[in-house]
Formats: sequence, structure tokens, C-alpha cells
Amino acid sequence: MEHEAHNPALVHQFSDEKQQKNAASLGMWLFLVTEIMFFGGMFCAYLIYRLTYFNAFAAGSQQLNIWLGATNTAVLIVSSVTVVLAVKAAEAGKRKLLVGYLVVTVLLGMTFLVIKGFEYKEKFEKHHVPGSTFNFTEKFDDNGKQIPVNSKEAELFFSLYFVMTGMHAIHMIIGCVLFTGLAILAWKGHYTSSYFTPIENGGLYWHLVDIIWIYLFPLLYLISRHS
Amino acid sequence: MASTAIPANQAPVAPKLNYLNNGHTLKSWLLTTDHKRIAILYLISVSAFFFLGGFFAMLIRLELLTPEGDLLAADTYNKVFTMHGIVMVFFFLVPVVPAILGNFLIPLMVGAKDLAFPRINLLSWYLYVIGGILFLHCMLNGGVDTGWTFYTPYSTSASNTNVVEAGLAIFIAGFSSIFTGLNFIVTVHRMRAPGLTWDRLPLFVWSNYATSVVMILGTPVIAITMVLVIAERTLHLGIFDPRLGGDPVLFQHLFWFYSHPAVYIMILPSMGVISELVACFSRKRVFGYKFVALSSVAIAIFGFLVWAHHLFVAGISLYAAMVFSFLSFIVGVPSAVKVFNWTATLYKGSVSFATPMLYAFGFIGLFTIGGLTGLILATIGIDVHVTDTYFVVAHFHYVMVGGVLMGYLGGLHFWWPKISGRMYPEGWAKLSALFVFVGFNLTFFPQFILGYVGMPRRYWQYPPEFQVLNVLSTAGASVLAVGYLLPMIYLLWSLRYGPIAEANPWGAAGLEWQTTSPPPTFNFDETPVVTWEAYNYDEIPAPKELEAPVAR
Amino acid sequence: MASQVDALYIYLLLVSGIMTAVIFLAVAILAIKYRRVPGRDAHPIEGSMILEIGWTVLPFFVMLTFFVWGAVLFFQERTPPADATEVYVVAKQWMWKIEHMEGQREINELHVPTGENIKLIMTSQDVIHSFFIPAFRVKQDVLPGRYTTLWFKATKPGTYHLFCAEYCGTNHSGMGGDIVVMEPQDYAQWMAGGPALPLQDTGRALFAQLGCATCHRSDAQGRGPSLVGVYNSQVQLEDGRNVTADDNYLRESILDPSAKIVKGFNPVMNSFQGIVSEEQLNALVAYVKSLSEPPTGTAGLQDQPAPSPAQPQKAQVQ
Repeated sequence: MEHEAHNPALVHQFSDEKQQKNAASLGMWLFLVTEIMFFGGMFCAYLIYRLTYFNAFAAGSQQLNIWLGATNTAVLIVSSVTVVLAVKAAEAGKRKLLVGYLVVTVLLGMTFLVIKGFEYKEKFEKHHVPGSTFNFTEKFDDNGKQIPVNSKEAELFFSLYFVMTGMHAIHMIIGCVLFTGLAILAWKGHYTSSYFTPIENGGLYWHLVDIIWIYLFPLLYLISRHS
Repeated sequence: MASTAIPANQAPVAPKLNYLNNGHTLKSWLLTTDHKRIAILYLISVSAFFFLGGFFAMLIRLELLTPEGDLLAADTYNKVFTMHGIVMVFFFLVPVVPAILGNFLIPLMVGAKDLAFPRINLLSWYLYVIGGILFLHCMLNGGVDTGWTFYTPYSTSASNTNVVEAGLAIFIAGFSSIFTGLNFIVTVHRMRAPGLTWDRLPLFVWSNYATSVVMILGTPVIAITMVLVIAERTLHLGIFDPRLGGDPVLFQHLFWFYSHPAVYIMILPSMGVISELVACFSRKRVFGYKFVALSSVAIAIFGFLVWAHHLFVAGISLYAAMVFSFLSFIVGVPSAVKVFNWTATLYKGSVSFATPMLYAFGFIGLFTIGGLTGLILATIGIDVHVTDTYFVVAHFHYVMVGGVLMGYLGGLHFWWPKISGRMYPEGWAKLSALFVFVGFNLTFFPQFILGYVGMPRRYWQYPPEFQVLNVLSTAGASVLAVGYLLPMIYLLWSLRYGPIAEANPWGAAGLEWQTTSPPPTFNFDETPVVTWEAYNYDEIPAPKELEAPVAR
Repeated sequence: MASQVDALYIYLLLVSGIMTAVIFLAVAILAIKYRRVPGRDAHPIEGSMILEIGWTVLPFFVMLTFFVWGAVLFFQERTPPADATEVYVVAKQWMWKIEHMEGQREINELHVPTGENIKLIMTSQDVIHSFFIPAFRVKQDVLPGRYTTLWFKATKPGTYHLFCAEYCGTNHSGMGGDIVVMEPQDYAQWMAGGPALPLQDTGRALFAQLGCATCHRSDAQGRGPSLVGVYNSQVQLEDGRNVTADDNYLRESILDPSAKIVKGFNPVMNSFQGIVSEEQLNALVAYVKSLSEPPTGTAGLQDQPAPSPAQPQKAQVQ
């Protein structure tokens, strides 16, 4: 079998780098589709219950810390910018810049997780964690009118809140680990301007996790926040 | 335009270096990235689970010989049918054709050296094995008794068995499925040999492609559903518990949103096998190639729109039921189209009756019955009476065993020379096929009657008037069991003592037959360039003896 | 109704049988006629548009007949006649508890007269069960947390199997029973045997005992809406929705009052979840429904109990 000289990153099942890159790209997009379907099940359950128990869900939502949530949203958006910049740096062959942006992305991701940790702590202190300690006495503030809500329905809101943000947080952790790995490999010089596919595909993953948060934030935090 | 097929009837010589003897260490197998070796790994593990599931089936049928519950305790029986279902659905039916035959053949059929992502392919097998081991652990720890359908609130609040572990096992095995599907889609899109356009692809590739789309869109939903069940059970959330504001029927919607398309994941690849068999053993192109290809796609799409036909009496609204009934009829149309096209392929063909073709005939007949009884179930006025009875059990066994399994066995025999380099003993194979066909019908046809006269499913004990039909069914199961054990024996026997196979013993079309039997590790010495249409049987000479083993 | 189900079934079997026979015969005949014979090659045939359209469209139309007939039948199966006699069913692991309106209670048995439309209003105390009478060709899942209904009219006296048809745990297959169909006079005799308080009277007593009457006064002066005539009426809610006050609405109003607040009222009613059992719930619902019937004698309006004592006693949960 012939072996012409080729980019060491080319694997044997592909005939050229372009085919390999296209395949990797398509594979990553397909994986993102599976992630969307995965979160989709939870979004579906959330949608149905929110329509059925609107008042309780609004009351629960109003108890979430909108400032921490908004800050986290900003953190993630910035992190997506650093990801884009990392890809650009890789394309330009700038190794140190690439590593820099990857590291900043990880730090931003960790910032997100720390802030989330504070949020969860707050929920714990207010007895809003579903289970035996759950106690919800707050009302739904409907433009000044205080409407009491069913505690069980509010508990359902928080169940979905924790499962959805928890699953998202797990994906963030995976993203941070992934990007740390990419940063290490980048530092070692694995990526050149002619081969940086893992950076691109890792970036796609990060963007997806970011987009999922962009949906989570208004759905969970912004029910009936008029003023 | 002639193909560059190795002419048939040449004296067969076992290739010196092929994928089987390219490395003998355990490491070379367990860390392989060769799609063919991974297919063999799957063959071993999937077969093991098949026999485990079969063992549970045997226990069920033995218990049901008598109306009283006298063989097993009620709880034990409930665990047995649950685990029979979980093993057969998640660890056998979903992976059997794609992960064994698909993995082995797709790169060969598209003229590639391997799948797009060989290491992910290996990961996929390890995920299957890990899920499997977790399930075995669950089983040895007392098992699970919720039914393979895990309906809430029984599974989340009332059952005191290992629901969490079983759910986790299914979650992990699901990723095996997702990665296989992902690999296939990218391979078919990006790695076809030069000249191999979509309309020249074998129908087996079309079916597996459609299957893969269903795998990646549907499997994540069962994953999240199992996560929610596990979360609810461990953290006492209330998503599916009415006492906490939840809705148990929501679980059923989420569960069946995957589990219905899952049955198309199971049947589509088998249908792909049938297309290959019918073409080869009629020595002509499949009738209506384009329509058969498009039917696979149609089944994949419509398969996602019918899930609530499992909920007709579950408490959904009248109107929702009618919509899903209508859609369920629609999804039956492309399957019927395929059956008609296969039948029409025989017209003016040159039909021979080797074992794979016998399985294909069996498939066509039994899948027709299974599919038609599916239409009966889609008729809501009737479904009210027969749902949750043995009628449903009979229906799905007709399509899954009479369909998927027969297609698999036909394909396994057809490609056995390619996979192993040996021919199987034709006489024994034909005998086994007969056992399977007769045994299967005797086992499951009485169950249609049992269902209509009112025997519910998942019953450990039953009123005495149902006994005769149950005894018939168990008798059939014994015959069926023989039909499954025989291939185990003679296929293993053939590995050592079977006649050496030539590159193309059937004179079949398809790139996989243009390389040696077994193929070398990298499949082709030179990348093929395809200039001919699929199933160009008019250009391929028929082998002199299609059925007699080829002597060394 | 059962005979209609059978008629449709026979039609389906016939069509399926014909279809199966056609395929089996076609395969057999073609395979034998065109078996491999040396010297005779296969004819390459691409396909036929006419055939493809034909065997797509024709089966589709045949399937449409299945669908339409099935849908019509289903509609009838799911639409109980307005005059149907109601019977309450509570399922639990692993038995069926039946409560007739007249107060008779049965376990795993349901006595009904011939010729009368019977509507079962069912709920579960724990997991999902399913009420299945094969002889009548009826089945309906019984869910925790809400009511589902099933109706039938028995025509022949006899004893028929009742099965649970949704797997519910250890004794799922033992959760059977009998439907005992009797001639009307025998049924009346059976009904008369044994003391029984009509279900709505049990409900009336509970209504007083639990203090419901304090707020739900019939003179509409209370903190809660009057319940006279509410059953099956259209109710306007605080949030603008208009809903029908059916069985599930009544049930929900007791277990989760804050879910639907009637327009003009405040959400002050506490939930009775965990305080009343399923049977007591059925009794209360039956009582409220009776307030919509035209008054016969002293039933209805005049039966409002005197304002209850300051401390309403909590009923025992069974």
C-alpha cells in the first residue's frame, strides 16, 4: 500500500485532510444535534408544567437570583467570544495567543460554575431545594397582587430548575475539562494553522452549551418579571 | 460497464494476511480500531446477551405452561419478564444488525478503509459492554421488576428493585447506539468511493443510514427520560408523581417518543439485509430501487410521529388518539411498499433457495403478518380491547423475531463467508431455518388468539381456560430454541472445519464481494472507482454451484 | 358494543388474511416459476411507476377504511350516554374497590343490571392500573391523581372476568374479579340486601364534617362559590379561562384549590390532599354533583346543614 508524505495529523481511513476535516465537522454537528434532543426532553417537560402551573412557576422564578443569573449569562457570552478568538488564533498559527484564549475560556467557565454554586447555596438557605427540607411560602407577585401558590407545584418548578441547570452545569464541567486538555495540547504545539480541527469542534461544543444557557436563563429566571 | 469483480469459480485460497490473523494478542483485539474486528467483538457480546434474554424467555414460557404460578414466585416472574424485555430490546435488537453487520459491511460497501471515526467505534463497543456489565450487576443484585417500559409512578415510587441501576445501564448503552449512528452518517456522507453516488448505494446502506438518523435523534430522549426517572427516584422529585403535582402520563409520552422510533431502528437495518438477499438470490436489481430507498427515509421520518399509539387507553384525549391512529396508518404504507417491491423482484428473476434466501422468504411472510396486526392495533376501536393483552405481545414478536431476527440470521449466513472465510454447512442451516420458522409460528400465533379472548400481558398466573393456547406456545418455543442453538453450533464448527470460501461465493453484487474473504485489515488493496449501478447482476456471472460448499 | 368490536375485527382479519395470502402466494408462485434453471438468465427490470403508485395508493385507501371505522367505534366507546348510571371505582395494589351511588360497596366484584348504561368513574390510590372486561371489549387505564371513565351496557346475565391490564407490581395477575350481570329484578334484590348509605349522603355528611359548608354556602354569601348547579357548568376563572366543571375539576378543586380560582373569589381554600381518602373524595364529588340534579323532595337546597362549629373535625383517612 502506498504511503505518500502527508500531514501527520491525517488518519489512515481518510484520503486527504479536507475529507478528514469535513468528516470531523459533520460528526461534531451531529453530536450537537443529539445534545439538543437530550435537553429537549427536559425543556418539553418544563413547558408542559409551566403552562399547567403558571402561578406557582412564576412565584418560583421570582425567587431566583436574577442578578447572579444575568451575570452568568454575561460570563458565558464573553466566554464564547474568547472561544471564537481562540479559533482565530489557531487559524493564524499563533500558539501562545491560542493557549491564552483557551485558558481564559476555562477560567470564565469556572467563574460560571462558582457563581452557580453561590446560587445553589442561596436556594439551600431559603429551603427551596426539593425534598424533605423544602418549604415554600412566598407568593406570586402579579403586578402588585400577591397570589398564594401551591407549594407542591412550586417544588416541581425547583425540581426542574435543579435538573435542568444541574445537567447544564455537568456539561460546563465537561467543557472546562475538554478545554483544559485542548490548552495543554495547544501548548505542546499539536495545533498548527493547517490543523486545528479539535479547537474548532471543541468550540462548537462550548457554543452549544452557551446557547442552551441562553434559553435556560429567560425560561427559568424571567417568568413574569415586569418591572 | 463491467465491474472489477473477482470472477466466481476461481479456486479459493485463504488470503495470507487478513483482518482476522493480523495480530493475535488480546490487546490487538481489545484495542482494535478495525471496524471488522469491532463487529466481531459486538457479535460475541450481542450473542451472549441474546442467549441471556432467551434464557429468561424460557423461564417465562415454562411458568406459563400451567395456569397457576407454580414455578417462580410472582416477584421473580415479574423480574424475569422485565429483564427479558430490557435485554432483548436494548442489548440485542437495537445493536444486532447495525453494530454487527453494519459495522462490518458499511465501510466495505462504500469502498472505504474504515468508518469515519474508528476510535469512537471502539468506544461505542466499550459503552455497550459497560452498560451490559452494569445491567448484569443489577440482575445479580436482585434485578428490576418494572417491565422494560418503566411506567411511573410504579418505577419511581412503588417498586423496591434496582431501577436506578437498570436505568443507568440503559443510559450508557444508549450512547453506544448514538455513536454508532453518528459514525455511519458521517461515513456515508463523506467517505463514499469515487463514482459511488447516492443512487448507486446498496439498499443496506440506505437502511442503515435512515436507522442512524433515528438513532441520533431518538436515543437522547430515552437518555433524558431515564435521567429524570433516576432523579425522581433518588431525590424524590415530583415530575411524574401526582401526589407531588406531577403527571405519570408525561413519562409515557417521553418514553415512547424514543421507544417507538426504536422499533424502526430495529427493523430498518434488517429490511436492508432483505433487499440484498432478494437481489442476490433472484440475480436481479431490487424492483423499484428508488422507492425502496425512499421508503426507508419515510419510515424514519414518520416513525417519529406515532408514539402516542401506545397511549390510546392511557388517558389521552379522544382527538389526540384519532390523530395518532391516522399517523400510525401512514407509517405502515412505506413498509408495505417495500414488501411489494421485494416480491416483484422475484418476477422474471433466477431464484435460488440457499439458506439466506429462505430467511428472506420467512421475513417477507412473517413481517407481513406482523405489520398487518400492527394496523389492527392502530385501529383504535379494536385497540381498546386488545391493548395490554397477548395480542400486542404476538404482534411485536412477529415483527421483532419474525422480522428483525430472521433478517439478521439471513444476513449472518449470507455474509458469513466474507466475515469468517468459511462456508457454513448448508444442510444444517436449512434445517435450522425450518425449525425457526415452524417454532416461531407455533410460539406466537396462538398468542394472537390468547390476546383477543382476553389474556392480559405480564401475567404470572391466568384463568384455566387459557391453558391450551399457552401450552401450544411453549411447545413452539422449545422448537424455536433448537432453531437458535443449531446455528451457534455449526457456525462455530465452520470456523475450523468449514470449507474455505472464495471471495464471492454467491456471485453477488456489491463492493464487499470484490475483496478477499476475509478482507484484509484495510479492506481494499486499491480504492475502488465505481462506474456501475447497484445490483448490476446482468454483468455478474452466476456461480456454478450456489449452494454446494466450495471445495478447497 | 362488543359485537360491533367483533364485526370490525372480523373485517380487519379478513382484509389481513387476504393480504397475507396474496403475498404468500405471490412469493411462492414467483419463486417457483422463476427458479434458477441453467440457461435461463434473470431479466433486469428497473421498476414500474404505475405499480408503485398503485400499491401505495390502494393500501392507503384500504387503511383509511380501517381508520374511519375504528375512529367511529372509538368515539362511541369513549362517549358515555348522558343517562348512564355512575359507579365509582378505586384501584389499589392489588384490588378493586367499587362504590355504587346507592352506597353498596364491593371488593373485586361489580354487580350490574342488564340493559342499563353503566359509567365507571375510576381512580387509583397508588400506581397505574387498568380496568379490563374482555367480554365487553372495554378497557381503560386507571390513573392516580385523576378520574378516567369507562362505560358499557351489559346485555346477557352471567359472570364475566375483570382483569387488571396495566402491570402494577407483585400481584398484578391476581388483581382480577368478576362482573356479575343480573336481570333487573335480581339486581334490585341484591341492591336491597344490606345496609347502605347512598354515596351522595356520605358526601353530604363529610361536607358538613370537614367544614366545607362554612364557605360554600348555597346563598352565595360565603367566602367560596356556591356549589349548587356547578357540575358540568361553565366556570369563569380569575385568570380569564373558561372551564367546564367536570368530575376532574371537582376533584382538583378539593385536592388543589389554588389551581383554578373562580372569578371574584380569593385563593383562601386549603388543600385536602392527604386529609381525605379516595373513597371520601368520591363521596364528596358525588354530593356536589347531586346539587345539580333537579331537587326531588327534600334533596338539594334545603339540605344545607347548619353553620358548623368553629373547629371542623378532620375526617379519618382510611
